[in-house]
Amino acid sequence: MSRAEDAMTRTATRNGWLLSTPALILLTLAAAGPLLIVLVYSFLEKGQYGNVEWAFSWDGWVGILFTRDIFDGTLGLADAHLTIFWRSVKLSLMTTAITFALGFPTAWFIATRPAAERGMWLFLITIPFWTNLLIRTFAINEVLRSEGLLNTVLISLGLIDAPLQIMYTDRAVLIGMAYVYLPLMVLPLYAAIERFDMRLLEAAYDLYASRMQVLRHVILPIVKPGIVAGSILVFVPSLGAYVTPRVLGGGKNMMIGNFIELQFGQGRNWPLGAALSMTLLVVVMVALLFYVRAANRGSNTNG
Amino acid sequence: MTQKIAVAAEHTVKSFGQGKASVRALDDVSLEIQSGEFFTLLGPSGCGKTTLLRLIAGFEAPTSGRILLDGADVTELPPNRRPVNTVFQSYALFPHLTVAENVGFALKMQGRKKPEVDDTVARMLALVKMETFATRKTAQLSGGQQQRVALARALAPQPKVLLLDEPLSALDLKLRKEMQVELKRLQKETGITFVFVTHDQEEALTMSDRIGVMSAGKLQQVATPREIYTAPVNRFVASFIGETNFLPVTPTQGGARLGCGAVVAAAGEGPVLTIRPEQITVTPVDAVGAIPATVDAQVYFGTDTHCHLRLSDGERVTARIPSPAMGETGVGIGQRVGLVFAPHAARLIRE
Repeated sequence: MSRAEDAMTRTATRNGWLLSTPALILLTLAAAGPLLIVLVYSFLEKGQYGNVEWAFSWDGWVGILFTRDIFDGTLGLADAHLTIFWRSVKLSLMTTAITFALGFPTAWFIATRPAAERGMWLFLITIPFWTNLLIRTFAINEVLRSEGLLNTVLISLGLIDAPLQIMYTDRAVLIGMAYVYLPLMVLPLYAAIERFDMRLLEAAYDLYASRMQVLRHVILPIVKPGIVAGSILVFVPSLGAYVTPRVLGGGKNMMIGNFIELQFGQGRNWPLGAALSMTLLVVVMVALLFYVRAANRGSNTNG
Repeated sequence: MTQKIAVAAEHTVKSFGQGKASVRALDDVSLEIQSGEFFTLLGPSGCGKTTLLRLIAGFEAPTSGRILLDGADVTELPPNRRPVNTVFQSYALFPHLTVAENVGFALKMQGRKKPEVDDTVARMLALVKMETFATRKTAQLSGGQQQRVALARALAPQPKVLLLDEPLSALDLKLRKEMQVELKRLQKETGITFVFVTHDQEEALTMSDRIGVMSAGKLQQVATPREIYTAPVNRFVASFIGETNFLPVTPTQGGARLGCGAVVAAAGEGPVLTIRPEQITVTPVDAVGAIPATVDAQVYFGTDTHCHLRLSDGERVTARIPSPAMGETGVGIGQRVGLVFAPHAARLIRE
């Protein structure tokens, strides 16, 4: 390479960096910065009235799994915390499964409408996004509570005698989360199904596949990228959900999101809250890694 | 030789849409296809040939009538329970599977054991000369290779009948010629009944044992390629297959009188006489029995020259003169010549 060319390449590289500097600064400040603060806070001592004391301590991280006995000061496993973690993961997985079970037929229905109609159906799917999440969640409350729409209708139909207690249970949280996150499952599934070549159905059907075999051996493997994307979009925010379990689950049925909030509020344990936030982040990232790898491996052996 | 009937359609009608907007894609079609036959459904697009194929495959149900396979009524059976496989126009190979997995798909669905599947897949890939591509994904194949895989996939479960829906239309001319020979070979080797749909008359003539010519939802004629070409039953069949001349005539005893007064011998019945251009010889105007005509134009085609002529009553006729090894055809524009029809070549047909 000649010297002139070399200089030009260097100028181009420098200009590239210069041009992307504003974006890089913004990204660092907006994404990495707050995360760094959280990370630092998780290694500090908790202050008396919230906030932190600027002294190094492992207490925040230890507090995730262990709790100090108030009488003799010995460390014991924090059962309550584990229950909350388990409930969060369980409810998130169930939410993902429910949204898939409801979202797949919905997405299939939309993708098989005439092209001119599809836009209208997708538009309908996105309507809930226009309303604030909190208001939608309270609306679900109105439907589910003892004197709510659901129980009133069921009682007046004579199907039940006493109102069903749904509010403030895991079931209410599940219903709420499935409702809130359903569009996030439907949209990527729709995108994948819309690209699916429907002529393959006839080919599979012609080659002696039953309806279930067509679904299992042709449709699902081909739309898998959509399933993976939809599952991630539902599972990740479910795991960190805050408003829905707060409103529909009451104080008892906490998920990680509420637990973290508690540490920054009444709990006055910011280091523990910070450590919990970092843990959630790591858990989500590891889960995603495993999920995406498993999905890829599946397509290689099946494929 | 008495042969078994592999496929039969009995008075099948297929209408799409309802009420006044409904269209009859198939209008009372009855057809019998012999076992082991290479049968071609030939017709222009929209004539109902693909609809008939889809009825045999089971993708559509007839509005009325029955479909029989090996004598058994399959009208109500879904495609996955009919011993019939299809080679699709678009090939419709599974993009998430390898070539070998595509070919083995039907066997896997039928629950065959893995060694049996592997064995059949290997045989099928050898049959279509695609052994070396077994582990490739189908997206990495050329059109001709995809075509071969689609064929192997449809043949693997050893169907009683193989349906082919314009499988060669996406290939270029050279590949198409190769595949025509290839298909004929496969049909001979496997002995499976082939039902081939095409709009290409040359394809139909070169490959088929019998041809069914369709137009406007009706079967116009079912016969061997030679019969279809030499003895078409009506104007549509005569004009769709090859080039031909039509002349209005008055039938006489054993022949017909042309508008110009000449009387020619012709078999068949009907108000129209048809004769192929290559069956007309151009002679000197005073030759015995020649019909007088005037040369309007000549078009050179290499192997022969198309000579456009006009009879004395104004009717136009085309004759084909084989190109001589040296020089011109010997006739010039405006020249008065005589025309002689080859014996048995002229036929009377219905409109």
